[in-house]
Amino acid sequence: MLEEARSRWHPIAAAHDLQFRHVFHGQLLGREFAVWRADDGYVNIWENRCLHRGVRLSIGINDGRELKCQYHGWRYSNRTAGCTYIPAHPADAPARTITNRTFPAVERYGLVWSSEEPRGELPDVIGLAEGKLLALRGIPVNAPADKVVERLKAYRFQPNGAIDGEGAEILIDAAQDFAVALRSRDGDAQTHGVFFVQPVDSNRSVIRGVLDQDAEGAARIDILRHHNERLSKLRDQVEREAANVPSPAPIEPVYERVSAELAEMPGMTTHGRKAALRVTVARKWQTADGIAGFELRPIKGILPTFQPGAHIDVHMPNGEIRQYSITNGPGETDSFVIGVKLERDSKGGSKCMHETVREGDVLAISEPRNNFPLRRDSTKTLFVAGGIGITPLLAMAQALKNQDLTHELHYFAQGEEHLAFADRLKYLGDALKPHLGLSPDQTGAELRQIVADYRNGMHLYICGPGPMLEAARKIATEQGWPDTAVHFEYFKNTNKIDDSSSFEVALARSCVTLQVPAGKTIMQVMRESGIDVPSSCEQGACGTCVATVIEGEPDHQDVYLNDAERKAGTKIMTCVSRAKSARLVLDI
Amino acid sequence: MTKCLDPVILNLWHPIGAIAEAVPGAVQDTVLLEERLSFALNADGEPVVWRSHPDVQGPARVPAADRLPARSTYGYVWTSLGSPPAELFLIPEYEEPDRRKLNAATFGVNVSAPRAIENFLDMGHFPYVHTDILGVEPHTEVKEYDVEISVDRDEILATRCRFFQPMASTASDGGADVDYVYRVPHPYCSVLYKSSPVDEARRDVIAVFLQPVDQEHVRAHMLLCVLDEDNEDKVIKRFQQTIFGQDKPILENQVPKRLPLDPRAETPIRADKSAIAYRRWLSQKGITYGVIPVAA
Repeated sequence: MLEEARSRWHPIAAAHDLQFRHVFHGQLLGREFAVWRADDGYVNIWENRCLHRGVRLSIGINDGRELKCQYHGWRYSNRTAGCTYIPAHPADAPARTITNRTFPAVERYGLVWSSEEPRGELPDVIGLAEGKLLALRGIPVNAPADKVVERLKAYRFQPNGAIDGEGAEILIDAAQDFAVALRSRDGDAQTHGVFFVQPVDSNRSVIRGVLDQDAEGAARIDILRHHNERLSKLRDQVEREAANVPSPAPIEPVYERVSAELAEMPGMTTHGRKAALRVTVARKWQTADGIAGFELRPIKGILPTFQPGAHIDVHMPNGEIRQYSITNGPGETDSFVIGVKLERDSKGGSKCMHETVREGDVLAISEPRNNFPLRRDSTKTLFVAGGIGITPLLAMAQALKNQDLTHELHYFAQGEEHLAFADRLKYLGDALKPHLGLSPDQTGAELRQIVADYRNGMHLYICGPGPMLEAARKIATEQGWPDTAVHFEYFKNTNKIDDSSSFEVALARSCVTLQVPAGKTIMQVMRESGIDVPSSCEQGACGTCVATVIEGEPDHQDVYLNDAERKAGTKIMTCVSRAKSARLVLDI
Repeated sequence: MTKCLDPVILNLWHPIGAIAEAVPGAVQDTVLLEERLSFALNADGEPVVWRSHPDVQGPARVPAADRLPARSTYGYVWTSLGSPPAELFLIPEYEEPDRRKLNAATFGVNVSAPRAIENFLDMGHFPYVHTDILGVEPHTEVKEYDVEISVDRDEILATRCRFFQPMASTASDGGADVDYVYRVPHPYCSVLYKSSPVDEARRDVIAVFLQPVDQEHVRAHMLLCVLDEDNEDKVIKRFQQTIFGQDKPILENQVPKRLPLDPRAETPIRADKSAIAYRRWLSQKGITYGVIPVAA
């Protein structure tokens, strides 16, 4: 019976067990769950162990958006259960596939329902209408579910309207493997009660009763007490009987193995320029002068986990592909929100988004990729945003705000009407420092003040138009910021690409040697040879196509690497950069 | 649960009690590998260990057949249910005369011995479990360190370990990186060396010796061998007991309680290099007790 029970729906908690920011410890058929409600109302039912070292997540911390493990502070996102941050390696973005096992959750009849391998939807329970029910306190019983069900058939209780009476007439309306429906009648008073039995383990159960009528105040307390007393007596009887027979062995839950790739060491995921996801434009609105906001919802299922700093490729109806940063705060996983600025010299990207794409349209997007990861071990984090450069930094600032980590978001814009995503900015409170209507010289002076007091342990993130970004990086260097503390993301690469060189590329792991002629990129040549190379912007700005250089001198033409990384010569963006030496050996 | 059938574990020396807490002549009962044992110090102060028996009330009258190997080392009574090696692993610092040697505590913990060893080797949890003592957010990074399995000494050695500590010592007012070296010279014992606040050239030694009560329960004996002439015993002990008291609820909430040796059972990161080496080492030794071996 217990085998078949795995495919059924069972109650695992009362809705009122999921208190604000609490994590409830549930169990079904030997398997433990961490059950928590996010601030957006979503009920998460997860395997009760952190994927890292097996610590119960039911002792973790629910911050309303994410669940944080107590042992090493790993953070898992609401809804997707994907890991968004590993504090031991603050400079790395966690491999996206570190995702906890989730189980379906349905809230109905005042209870939270789940199933290990559900067959079909949660069936309707006859006699219980949603809305005016009373869920009783769960009564744990140390006995197998079938023994409890057997006893419940003889359960006697008074109807709500005659709770102090005696001798109500009880009818069994229905009885199944894991539930008994009873009707109690005393004169005119009548109450229908369904008593579900949650099989916690082979020898443990919880009785979860639901009555078809609610009550208020003292009457409600009387009803709850009435059932509490009678069900507790029933429990004592069942437990006495169960103690006389040998108890069945506890059910050993089987934990899924993690993927072989994760068992090694988390590495970067490799994807080509693919658009695996389909989303609908749930909302399109003008969030600032010249900037449209888009809320993208999945057509089915849930969106993959994103981290602050991540971007998606949006494949547009006109065939263009553009990258947009996700502006969401942590745990906001039901949709992706992006901001698109209408570029005056648009080649069709932003123009298409502004003029053609409408609410209800379907778009193809890539999975989120994070080449601009946020460290959270900084003593103080400074964000410097110029114009639409706000988008990745907004996601980052919301993450730090959620964790109470010290930060400032300096937002440079032409005027008040150019500040995008006012609701999100408001959430940041005093950390937001707008700088409006400044000339380039004034901007420089302001930047100099902002980055004036560098101390070891601080980090600076910059995103904005090229000239401003260059200025900010230069000023930071002058003020003593080391390259390792300055992180930046360009919108696009405005360098003039010189593709006149020709050279040889040896791919060490693939054991092939290729000729790269003038006019073709390393990436194009690799793809022509059937080698799958991940890419996104394909202009040297986003960092997706990075490769490790084993030998040879790269000719960097990208804007992703910082000066120290360029000098080191160990990384190359294969979409634009080339070789100064006659030969390059790459770790591909 | 069946009693221990693991020959490697049966043939090891295991700690069963602190000498400092034994009253000469008084018999103490304990459990090792699911066997009930008794021990006492004889008139010469030497430990005598035997399988518990209602007729045997003291060390003088233990029948030879019930006697178990016994030794007194590093301040503890050690015994074995099999044929133990002649020597126990070495902690040379224990012989240095100017060190304070204390049993900081003996704690019962509902977890397997290997899970407790991994916790002892782990630095990433300092800011979360030992907040404001051994670590503090946002200083959460575990920097690169080196791990080797020493073949000739048959032990794991992790060196160049550094971690930011908010109160590196009583003498410093700001945080600083503290250096650690970890050794695992015995499947259920580990020794750490930590920068001494008193003497830059030397290191404090802290060891954990786990007494496996059964596969999922241990008694953890904590040895301190430190350079400290100022603080009272109880102050030094209280510090370690605070630390251990913070680890205990985490350890008791790890599932499964036995350590899974299958590399795909859990998700390692670079910070777990020493734990990965430890799991491999246990696998290579063919250990089955207190672990979930890799399925054949």
